[in-house]
Amino acid sequence: MYVLPVPQMRFLLLFSRQGKLRLQKWFTPLVERERKKVVRDMTLMVLGRPPRSCNFLHWKDLKVVYKRYASLYFCCGLDDKDNELLALEVLHRYVELLDKYFGNVCELDIIFNFEKAYFILDEFLMGGEVQETSKVTVAKSIEASDMLQETMEEYMSKPAF
Amino acid sequence: MSFLDAGIEFAFSFDQLYDRLQSMPAPIRLRELIRTIRTARTQAEEREMIQKECAAIRSSFREEDHTYRCRNVAKLLYMHMLGYPAHFGQLECLKLIASQKFTDKRIGYLGAMLLLDERQDVHLLMTNCIKNDLNHSTQYVQGLALCTLGCMGSAEMCRDLAGEVEKLLKTSNSYLRKKAALCAVHVIRKVPELMEMFLPATKNLLSEKNHGVLHTSVVLLTEMCERSPDMLAHFRKNEKLVPQLVRILKNLIMSGYSPEHDVSGISDPFLQVRILRLLRILGRNDDDSSEAMNDILAQVATNTETSKNVGNAILYETVLTIMDIKSESGLRVLAINILGRFLLNNDKNIRYVALTSLLKTVQTDHNAVQRHRSTIVDCLKDLDVSIKRRAMELSFALVNGNNIRGMMKELLHFLDSCDPEFKADCASGIFLAAEKYAPSKRWHIDTIMRVLTTAGSYVRDDCVPNLIQLITNSVEIHSYTVQRLYKALLDDISQQPLVQVSSWCIGEYGDLLVSGQCEEEEPIQVTEDEVLDVLEGLLASNLSSPVTRGYALTAVMKLSTRFSSVNRIKKVVSVYGSSIDVELQQRAVEYNALFKKYDHMRSALLERMPIMEKTATNGPTEMVQTNGEAEPSGLESKHPPSITQPASQANDLLDLLGGNDVAPVIQTTPAAKPASAGGELLDLLGDLSLSGDPAPQVPVSQPSFLLDGVSSQPLFNDVAAGIPPMTAYNKNGLKIEFTFERSNTNPNIAIITIHASNHTETEMTNFVFQAAVPKTFQLQLLSPSSNVIPALNQGAVTQVIKILNPQKHQLRMRIKLTYTHKGSPLQDLAEVNSFPPQSWQ
Repeated sequence: MYVLPVPQMRFLLLFSRQGKLRLQKWFTPLVERERKKVVRDMTLMVLGRPPRSCNFLHWKDLKVVYKRYASLYFCCGLDDKDNELLALEVLHRYVELLDKYFGNVCELDIIFNFEKAYFILDEFLMGGEVQETSKVTVAKSIEASDMLQETMEEYMSKPAF
Repeated sequence: MSFLDAGIEFAFSFDQLYDRLQSMPAPIRLRELIRTIRTARTQAEEREMIQKECAAIRSSFREEDHTYRCRNVAKLLYMHMLGYPAHFGQLECLKLIASQKFTDKRIGYLGAMLLLDERQDVHLLMTNCIKNDLNHSTQYVQGLALCTLGCMGSAEMCRDLAGEVEKLLKTSNSYLRKKAALCAVHVIRKVPELMEMFLPATKNLLSEKNHGVLHTSVVLLTEMCERSPDMLAHFRKNEKLVPQLVRILKNLIMSGYSPEHDVSGISDPFLQVRILRLLRILGRNDDDSSEAMNDILAQVATNTETSKNVGNAILYETVLTIMDIKSESGLRVLAINILGRFLLNNDKNIRYVALTSLLKTVQTDHNAVQRHRSTIVDCLKDLDVSIKRRAMELSFALVNGNNIRGMMKELLHFLDSCDPEFKADCASGIFLAAEKYAPSKRWHIDTIMRVLTTAGSYVRDDCVPNLIQLITNSVEIHSYTVQRLYKALLDDISQQPLVQVSSWCIGEYGDLLVSGQCEEEEPIQVTEDEVLDVLEGLLASNLSSPVTRGYALTAVMKLSTRFSSVNRIKKVVSVYGSSIDVELQQRAVEYNALFKKYDHMRSALLERMPIMEKTATNGPTEMVQTNGEAEPSGLESKHPPSITQPASQANDLLDLLGGNDVAPVIQTTPAAKPASAGGELLDLLGDLSLSGDPAPQVPVSQPSFLLDGVSSQPLFNDVAAGIPPMTAYNKNGLKIEFTFERSNTNPNIAIITIHASNHTETEMTNFVFQAAVPKTFQLQLLSPSSNVIPALNQGAVTQVIKILNPQKHQLRMRIKLTYTHKGSPLQDLAEVNSFPPQSWQ
């Protein structure tokens, strides 16, 4: 991990209580091998935390913020100078967006519709920064994009995937 | 079935097969694949399914099937997330991006972000597609392109496409504008030189109403200001950014409920935090800007709702900003008080964040943080490991002369109960704090004892020599110390640092232990045999490490001059002469030799240690680092790098090195006096009787210097070099003559050979010659030829002295003679002044 002058979120990971990866978003360039290592380390560290610990960890020169929602851990890596309390809000907002979209979102939704989870994330964050602070606006953008896609599918008269 | 029938059967099925091959079934759908893979019960089963599917996908790719390309890539991405290789799909992602279908593009760009990375050249093939898509008629396609570029665009791509991004930054479409802003941030991160080109587009970003655009604009401005001082100055002065930001922030706080941006009653906390961060950068080191934001910061600090995490996130950012800009003291106190309140919050995240921030500010706002000391100390009892660690670090930072007693009580209590991962750091911290602020020597020793008994095995190795030095220097409580350490040993011999320090003390002060006197507490009655039992027990125990055994053996040996049961000690020493442990064996053999051949030197060698010179006062690590390096403060710089490692020093002195080479040198240069030209000859030899008198600081340095290039045997017996001999001493039948040579290799070295002769009728036994020189000289005394001077001049004892005189001062010397004559021990001191000039010029 190299040092950036301005604090920035480095990555966002979702994994299950068994350590299975459900989503990985990288905001800094890392090769496959490095990514795998980060995922391994994060999973081990977060899953190994005692039950009533605080949501912050230190890993190398980064702050790691994580929160468990049902059976999924949401975990992001921040620069040391970042505001970790706000990061908790960012994670929470993402969960809310997923919840709005899927309706009472659960892990299975993320598993079977992982590409949608990515699309929603890409309307909320970009380059590690919040792109839109209004829940409604994000929801509307996703809806519109989905419509665009559906139109195609209708035309093709078969589901795209 | 007949042969013919079978043939017809075969022909039919072949037809069916052929038909089927013409119209391959569609590749299985994504969700179905996911469902199938999840039914796998073992890793092997899953791998098999995946391999099968990958093979199908590969052949599909080969056929350039664009109908199902999207589906196949989506499946590939799923399998990639499970950890399987998917690199063969990279080019397919590029084809999807180039497709006209939105669905294809969506999956294609996602695949690109997951499978491609900027270190591979193949990603550059995207550039053209992205360029086209940035100009697409559908904003969602433009959005995809901006997102991909903003997440993973390489420097080359950014250079190529920066112009497009800049165009989009000026659009009135807020959906695109906000994305373009963050894309610009990425471009600047990759290619900082391109920052300039985005400047014009930032002109009226902040007059937007749309929160998305506002937020991303603030991010963009932050990036520019952090990276370029020129930009920072420009935005401060020319654009008057601070008033604009203050206005926006004020609106956010004052405005009513806005459902779109509300989070637990707070309006757009994300935007508030980013504005606060930008204000921090603008206010840093700038009085005017800091003043302009003073009011709004106070307002945010006092009005923000603190019941939920979101409010505290804003407060946290506010505190960080206040501490970083040139805020007035009232505001700073407000900030620290917020942190103090955080410490009392039920939410442990908040407590953690408070401790981290306080740690950062404790240097600059020490007094303010002190006020929260008791809360911080309470956090030592927190259940959370991260909080405990922060609290411990902060507690150490807050220790000072006034609160040392109270703080130490808490810290020792913490040491008792904390997890092993903390013990080493905590112990070191306690030692450091105790050294700096100990209110009394006895308190200091007590504290150290407490640490050694509770966390003895976690204490760092370098603590042992430091503690020994501390104990040595606390002269008035030697008997108290040795008594307490002895009692601790009786309880527990498993903690090595404690055992080592205790053995050393018993060896050094064993006489005080058995004397039945103690200044500070009730003296214990202990016999010599009991003490030796304990030490022998250490030697024999499996719990003792080899280092500890070494300490114990040396301690036993030292007691030979303090106790009367010498025979028992001799026995112990000789037993270990055949120990398997080489270090132990060597010591035992040397000590044996000390008993046999050099008994006359034993008492001098095993004398009480002098008070040792301290180098730096910064505690354990400093001591280790001064080994042979930087000049210790207070010592004269004429010495060679003077090493003051107490314990190893003690052992070195007692190491006879085979008895032939070097006898310990006793130099006397009290630290604080400046060098004067041959001036005060201080009470040199008075310092040599070091039986517990608080002598002035006596550094004990290794006599290595003079051996450089010069052999240990006097080689230069060429008296014809012409320096006349002299009689240094002649009294009571004992005559000592000096003969001189100059070293050929080093002109600053003079070599004196003493010849001690006895013209009385009885021999002189146990003869010991000691010498001391003024502080600008250095002296090295080699071992004597014998310690018996035969009667009636029938022989002389010779001994070689080497003198280093770099300043060419006039040589003067004080000598001390000890010997036994006619059954009584005698001692005499003399000054030798009239050295021939050639011996020192």
